[in-house]
Amino acid sequence: MSTTLNLPPQFEIVDRPLDTQMTISMGPQHPSTHGVLRLELVLDGEMVVKATPDIGYLHTGMEKLFEYKKYQQGIVITDRMDYLNPLGNNLAYVMAVEKLLGLEIPERAQTIRVLTCELQRIASHLVWLGTHALDIGAMTVFFYCFREREKILNLIEAASGGRLTPSYFRIGGLMMDLPAGFERRVKQFLDGFPKSLDEFHKLLSGNRIFQKRTQGVGQISAEDAIDWGLSGPCLRGSGIKLDIRRANPYTGYENYDFEIPTEADGDVWARYMVRMREMTESHKIVVQALARLKPGPVKADAPKVVLPDREAMKTHMDALIHHFLIVAEGFDVPVGEVYQPIEASKGELGVYVKSDGGPKPARVHFRGPSFVNLSALPQMSEGAMVADIVAIIGSLDIVLGEIDR
Amino acid sequence: MTRGEDNKQALPEQTPTISSQNLTPSQLVTALQRERPDWFNEIVEAHGEVTAIVPREHIVEVCSRLKTWPEAKFDFLADLCGADRGPEEEPRFEVNYHLFSTTKHHRLRLKVLLSEDDVKVPTVTNVWRTANWHERETYDLFGVIFDGHPDLRRILLPDDWEGYALRKDFPLRGYEPYSLK
Repeated sequence: MSTTLNLPPQFEIVDRPLDTQMTISMGPQHPSTHGVLRLELVLDGEMVVKATPDIGYLHTGMEKLFEYKKYQQGIVITDRMDYLNPLGNNLAYVMAVEKLLGLEIPERAQTIRVLTCELQRIASHLVWLGTHALDIGAMTVFFYCFREREKILNLIEAASGGRLTPSYFRIGGLMMDLPAGFERRVKQFLDGFPKSLDEFHKLLSGNRIFQKRTQGVGQISAEDAIDWGLSGPCLRGSGIKLDIRRANPYTGYENYDFEIPTEADGDVWARYMVRMREMTESHKIVVQALARLKPGPVKADAPKVVLPDREAMKTHMDALIHHFLIVAEGFDVPVGEVYQPIEASKGELGVYVKSDGGPKPARVHFRGPSFVNLSALPQMSEGAMVADIVAIIGSLDIVLGEIDR
Repeated sequence: MTRGEDNKQALPEQTPTISSQNLTPSQLVTALQRERPDWFNEIVEAHGEVTAIVPREHIVEVCSRLKTWPEAKFDFLADLCGADRGPEEEPRFEVNYHLFSTTKHHRLRLKVLLSEDDVKVPTVTNVWRTANWHERETYDLFGVIFDGHPDLRRILLPDDWEGYALRKDFPLRGYEPYSLK
């Protein structure tokens, strides 16, 4: 019972009329929880006292499944984790296995990996942008984002045959080379994209409702962000200039020229701005990758690991034998363990692969960035309003397929 | 063993007497091993990665020293995961800690080996708060008990799940459909 206003006693403001807190369950079917996340919210009026995420609704035992599949069969499982950034998952997994095998990947395959992964990063950010804006109440952006994303998915489909689950990368290279005319289509997309990005900025960045809903909401300091293991745009939104593509370069990222966008405030707005600027940087990388694209092989020279070309299989006996052995028995991977981190669209995606020598892994573990970023939600949402929770979840850019695995 | 005591032991300014600016992770752990031989059982380097096997009673000290020691600055726990070597192996379980430094950008793996009769390891949640969910996941799927963890519950599987799904002796399809229980 306290008031600073000078009111007559009958109008005295009572802080907590019932002196009770209410516990409600938000999700797992709430549209803003991006899948099947349940939050147990302890509320004091409309203020969140405590938010406890409850996950596992999508758990399908993928890490167990890896142990029963040959190495090359694992690639298709990775697609289904972070289904907005499947090429990133493919890349992390195949790179881990390649590290164990000690394979050298040809230049062209590396460039194509960078090119398609950056396109995928833009696509992933576009889904985030559309749904984040939708959660906050700006519906229009969603349609524009999905229009652009459609173009990227068409490109990925042209290269790999799959839109949501491409499985384009193979251990030792790519499934196949890019189709004819691919570069022209990428150029077409690249020419139009900066204009669309401007549109998004016009629709949201200058929108005062959007600013009010995001600025100062869900703040997390740089020390806390590191302590909670945040990575990717969430960490850079707290002012830490860290990008695995620069810190531990892979696939030739050290040869590309791009900035690492950071924002100091650590709130929802900062994370929004970081991702928006990241799309510009990804655009820059794709332009450079296109310029780098030179003819050459897209598969490593390792006949016992990499499937032979269709042509060779029909004309060479040994190619046919290798093909049969790889498909029927798989290939043995030397004993060892590796941890391969990459900068996925949501943060550090780490793959731990342990081999005991056979054609199947002994253990595969995915360090999903969404899993770790979500674990910081209680810290970010303390003292926030219920409506802010929606904005905070959106700004974390979580994918439950990756969290629950 | 309570966490507070470990921190006090690990924090004193008795940093190893090496002043070079940029030590590689393997040089770091070797220097630390010279100072405290009981902290590391073995240091392995393979595939460009360094693995240090740490006795479980020292894991918290090692972690907090590596985090605060200015040469190492492993301020970021990238990942923590369990592994099962199989029911016939001794020690059977592994807990892997993947450390990363946000300033020096180097990585290190710490490994604790646990035998099946006593699957317990002290928690590192007081060193890095991010360990909380990782440890819950490892407990959920391997049955590794993290002593001193603030909230050691199952995280991915239902609370009344029986057994530990990622152990090698747990069948791929489980024992019976969960919905029939």
